[in-house]
Amino acid sequence: MAGAPAIHVENLHVARGGREVIHGLTLEVASGSVTGLLGPSGCGKTTLMRSIVGVQVLGAGTVTVLGRPGGSRELRSEVGYVTQAPSVYGDLTVEENLRYFARLVGAERAGIDEAVATVGLTGHVRQVVGSLSGGERSRVSLATALLARPRLLVLDEPTVGLDPVLRSELWATFHELARAGTTLLVSSHVMDEAGECDTLLLMREGRLLEHLTPAELRAKTGQEDLGRAFLAVIRAAEGSS
Amino acid sequence: MSARATFATAGRVLWQIRRDPRTIALMLVVPTALLVLLYFLFEGEPQVFQRIGAPLCGLFPFIVMFLVTSIAMLRERTTGTLERLMTLPIAKADILVGYGAAFGVLAAIQAAVVCTVGFAVLGLDAPHGAWLVALLAVANAILGMALGLFASAFAQTEFQAVQFMPAFVFPQMLLCGLFVARDQMAAWLHTISWLMPLTYAYEALAHATNPAELPRAMAGDVAAVLAFTVAALGFGALTLRRRTR
Repeated sequence: MAGAPAIHVENLHVARGGREVIHGLTLEVASGSVTGLLGPSGCGKTTLMRSIVGVQVLGAGTVTVLGRPGGSRELRSEVGYVTQAPSVYGDLTVEENLRYFARLVGAERAGIDEAVATVGLTGHVRQVVGSLSGGERSRVSLATALLARPRLLVLDEPTVGLDPVLRSELWATFHELARAGTTLLVSSHVMDEAGECDTLLLMREGRLLEHLTPAELRAKTGQEDLGRAFLAVIRAAEGSS
Repeated sequence: MSARATFATAGRVLWQIRRDPRTIALMLVVPTALLVLLYFLFEGEPQVFQRIGAPLCGLFPFIVMFLVTSIAMLRERTTGTLERLMTLPIAKADILVGYGAAFGVLAAIQAAVVCTVGFAVLGLDAPHGAWLVALLAVANAILGMALGLFASAFAQTEFQAVQFMPAFVFPQMLLCGLFVARDQMAAWLHTISWLMPLTYAYEALAHATNPAELPRAMAGDVAAVLAFTVAALGFGALTLRRRTR
């Protein structure tokens, strides 16, 4: 499978709330890599991710995931999606949440312990999710997506509100997963996370501005700081249009 | 559809409610207390208490499950858990049947408590057995659940969802024949009552609590309740969309 892209999006148009928010997007995401989807809030990151996992009604264009049309039934056990707002049951404990999702995807008991350890919640398994902090809740949400050991993980702003130590641990986990063959698409609106990614997709106002590595972005713009580099890319795009 | 996903969902829903003991207490205490209230209200007229109280034992679960399910499903929609489920290997039928099984269990417990108090303590008469009323109560509860699931699709907030209770349930309660015999209603109200699922639920209960021999028509009433349930679940499934705008 090496070489074939995990995600292929071709000329995608999507409208939300009666307004087109993605205007003809074409991109590829390589297998077994950590790809950062970066851009300001409201630029269409979430809509693109929803299109990739198959919960978004598409306007035009095609989305191919792991060689199949995005949202195919066969992909439901191969693709893990974590929404920005934690989508877990607040009135159940961490363990009860994971046990439910584990049963749906056919994961073993050991998988639950492993997922909990990965997100650093081992001491909290018996706590009701509603009583956890926001950051802890989003980690429970992430843990549920890890249960199925999906080949593609789509994570919408997974590190928002996390303390820096945990954030760097999670990024280490993402790279570990990628080394084991998982493809990760991770969105963020803070550029300081861009350096953690193998490849960057820079989006603005529903369009793809660049698709390159952090090193290429620095070289292209002559900016060491990735935030400034992104700004330079935006200015260049505005200048040329 | 898979038995594993259905059972897992039913278990999860029951577990959520188990974490909320006050809701369980309310589900059991409120209908019982209302029945006791009716008992004292009609203390000098036992035949009125029998005519209203006995069928009501089998209608309470309908009302409660409609409300509880519409809120529970609305929460699944607004907290993003439904969207997550839609990306997982679970069929829509697993979700619907899982909910139905969970609320069926709750309804059975509620019906057992209400029927015990009504028929064993307050002296209501169940000429064909209290078990028949309890059984109809469970069927009505699943009908209420199915309608609640469907109704939840039309509510964006919990404020809206609770108002579906007076909007959907009250007219059915008024027209089903419990308060005014349907053949004494204006013709157009009588016609409307034929279209309402609760009418058939009430008719079956009225037969089950009447000393006359059970008529053949009662099977038709039960069949109508089941048909409305299946239809509501079918329309409910249509409102569970994998892809949204």
